[in-house]
Amino acid sequence: MTIHSIRSKGATRVRSLMAGAMMASTALVGASAAWAETTITAVMHSGLRVLDPVITTAHITRNHAYMIYDVLVAVDGTFTPQPQMADWTVSDDGLVYTFTLRDGLKFHDGSPVTMADAEASLKRWATKDSGGQIIMDKTASLTATDDKTLVWTLNEPFAPLLDTLGKQSALPPFIMPARIAATPADTAITEHVGSGPFRFVEAEFQPGVSVTYIKNEDYVPRSEPADNMAGGKVVNVDKVVWSTMPDASTAINALLGNEIDYIESVQVDLLPLLEGDPDVVFEKREPLGYQTIGRMNFKHPPFDNVKVRQAAMKALDQQAILAALVGNPDYYSICGAIFGCGTPLADATGSESLTSGGDLDAAKALLAEAGYDGTPIVLMAPTDVVALAAQPVVASQALRNAGFNVDMQPMDWQTLVTRRASQNAPADGGWNMFFTNWLVPEISSPLVSPMLNGRGDSAWFGWPDDAVVEGLKADFIAAKTLEEQQAVAKKIQAHNMEQVLYVPVGQYALPQARRTTLTDMLASPVPVFWNVKKAE
Amino acid sequence: MLGYILRRILAIIPVMLIVAIFVFLLLRLTPGDPAAIIAGDMATPEQLERIREAMGLNKPLLTQFFTWMGSLLQGDLGTSLISGTPVTTMIGQRIFPTINMALLTIVIAVAIAVPMGVLAAWRHRSWVDYAVMSFSVLGFSVPVFVIGYLFILVFSISLGWLPVQGYASPTEKGFAEFLYRAILPSLTLATIYVALIARMTRASMLEVLGEDYIRTARAKGVKESRVLFRHALRNAAVPILTVIGTGFALLISGVVVTESVFNIPGIGRLTVDAILARDYPVIQAMILITSATYVVVNLIIDISYTVFDPRIRY
Repeated sequence: MTIHSIRSKGATRVRSLMAGAMMASTALVGASAAWAETTITAVMHSGLRVLDPVITTAHITRNHAYMIYDVLVAVDGTFTPQPQMADWTVSDDGLVYTFTLRDGLKFHDGSPVTMADAEASLKRWATKDSGGQIIMDKTASLTATDDKTLVWTLNEPFAPLLDTLGKQSALPPFIMPARIAATPADTAITEHVGSGPFRFVEAEFQPGVSVTYIKNEDYVPRSEPADNMAGGKVVNVDKVVWSTMPDASTAINALLGNEIDYIESVQVDLLPLLEGDPDVVFEKREPLGYQTIGRMNFKHPPFDNVKVRQAAMKALDQQAILAALVGNPDYYSICGAIFGCGTPLADATGSESLTSGGDLDAAKALLAEAGYDGTPIVLMAPTDVVALAAQPVVASQALRNAGFNVDMQPMDWQTLVTRRASQNAPADGGWNMFFTNWLVPEISSPLVSPMLNGRGDSAWFGWPDDAVVEGLKADFIAAKTLEEQQAVAKKIQAHNMEQVLYVPVGQYALPQARRTTLTDMLASPVPVFWNVKKAE
Repeated sequence: MLGYILRRILAIIPVMLIVAIFVFLLLRLTPGDPAAIIAGDMATPEQLERIREAMGLNKPLLTQFFTWMGSLLQGDLGTSLISGTPVTTMIGQRIFPTINMALLTIVIAVAIAVPMGVLAAWRHRSWVDYAVMSFSVLGFSVPVFVIGYLFILVFSISLGWLPVQGYASPTEKGFAEFLYRAILPSLTLATIYVALIARMTRASMLEVLGEDYIRTARAKGVKESRVLFRHALRNAAVPILTVIGTGFALLISGVVVTESVFNIPGIGRLTVDAILARDYPVIQAMILITSATYVVVNLIIDISYTVFDPRIRY
């Protein structure tokens, strides 16, 4: 008899006793009827609160959108764009993309999907997404010429157009009905109708607590097998419930107790709790995971001086930070590539000190050369996010060892995200440095990495004014082959490490955990619930 | 009596107004920006500004306050800045798990604590008394989440008798299923309450048991159980009721932790989530409702004094 069957029998006995005592057996009958359908109960990395996939870059909202919406183009396991809702042709001069919608696509309200819906959705998306904005800058026209055809005409060739439409981060271009896509991009949509493989059950939605999806019986999957985010989205279950559990231990115990089927990300230090149960497996869903990074403020001393930024980078040691952050070396890797290791553009030029224990002597020499006067470094340290708590603590000590005067200020993450938007002096509510994490696909190209924006005040927090990186990005856009792109990416890597636009501090992946009754889960960067099967 | 109740109810209004002003100002003085939370990590300063504009967060503080108060007076608690859901809907979805769990907790706490306190006072300075007092100190000292984890470890993981987490509505799933899921969180929450009430019951009973009328009752040959529960406990009830009322604040703070540990979708979690996300309308509504509930519970306690002690008149 397994541990699980003992637990189940014990639980059944208590339940039966109570039912008898309370004369309320009807409730149990009702519950049994509900068990007839195949339901996956999953604990995701955070609670779903915002439902509009254009207004926020929150991953949970993006994941929700992949459940209920579909996309024109999706990437396969080699990150190659593949047709999803539409096929396409490209004119010889690379200026005209003609998309043709496949047959049988319907929105959840029963209306057919047309290219007018796609046109409106893409235009709304492009006002918010940085990749979309770049394309729109080069767009002559984007028009649905009939229900099945969308013609996108460019002023100049833009080779990564299809990659941009197929990307998963930050904002993928989901297709919604034109009447909903007519909502201004800064105002959240209030109707949640897609054409994707699952339907959103609005009546059961509790923001931050649970969200329910049911199988979209009208969905017509592509005939190709599912591959990463591309291929046929075949749904094999009736219902998927995302339940939010604020306490990680509760989720682990619920998985062990067969009360849930899946946990999207498990803290590595809790894995030993799962190790003894043969009915539970944990694994890396996809190999790339996250890159953790440090960002300095270019507007204020001392990091307005490139020598001081270089000194700070030389002082840091990826191994020390990752060991404190993750602990188990199976789940982290030393990586000096700003575009992430394992990606087509990966290159580690200039990261030697970071990946080999730091170089305190070089850091001290650079500080002396820069004439550092002991100006305190305000290092913001979020204490309420486990994945971000260790980096500032280890980095503070490393910087102190190099001779920096560090003022590490603990705060909650929401205070940090507000404060990092302030361009005030550090002593007046501003800051000098903070750490954050990105999914590797979010920083895997100069077109998507926010830290490589060198447009001063309109750049990402830290506000570097760097015409060189902007020029290199233009070269990247003009590159026609992967080899050409890699050559430019290498130059961007070298420039980043010289100017210290940001400090890559290594990669880590949090494993997912599931009961063995779940099979055929896709190894995709976004956790998806098509293809997966559940044995009763 | 009726005039007193009316006066107390009317007194809620200025209390709520003061709470409303404090809550509004404190929230606006706390660092944090709901627009930044919605926009996500990649937002540029211009995008943040546009979202703030769309959410009305750029308006002067006074304008925001009077808009909120105006809506409040019409019974409109506003809309969540983060999810766009009306606050009344959110509270409606979340309040019943908390109320049901709180009621079960109070029933369990009173059912356990009062006999414990009476027993301790009756067997004053015996091992029973020391055991009750030791439990009481333990109940006070051990954090709620530790108790919760211990219960889960014993009753859910080791014995497999009860579920680890979750909530079942008694109206939708039946009372048995509700009890099956609510018993552990309620026991967890009750521990600190039991400690508080048992201590007060013991102290109050000890005082009453020394009174002349108790000695008289015993001299008349009245049964000991009748002496304890009819003569002594009834006279000791007023301080016990007071502690149940004031302990309600403990219950509210305990709910926040218990709901997280046992994954119960109640208002404790709603409040914490709203605070972390700086979802101002939700936080404001929750604090107002919690304050009003606290005032009303204590009013009910005050009124119930008259039932146990007819000498009390308002």
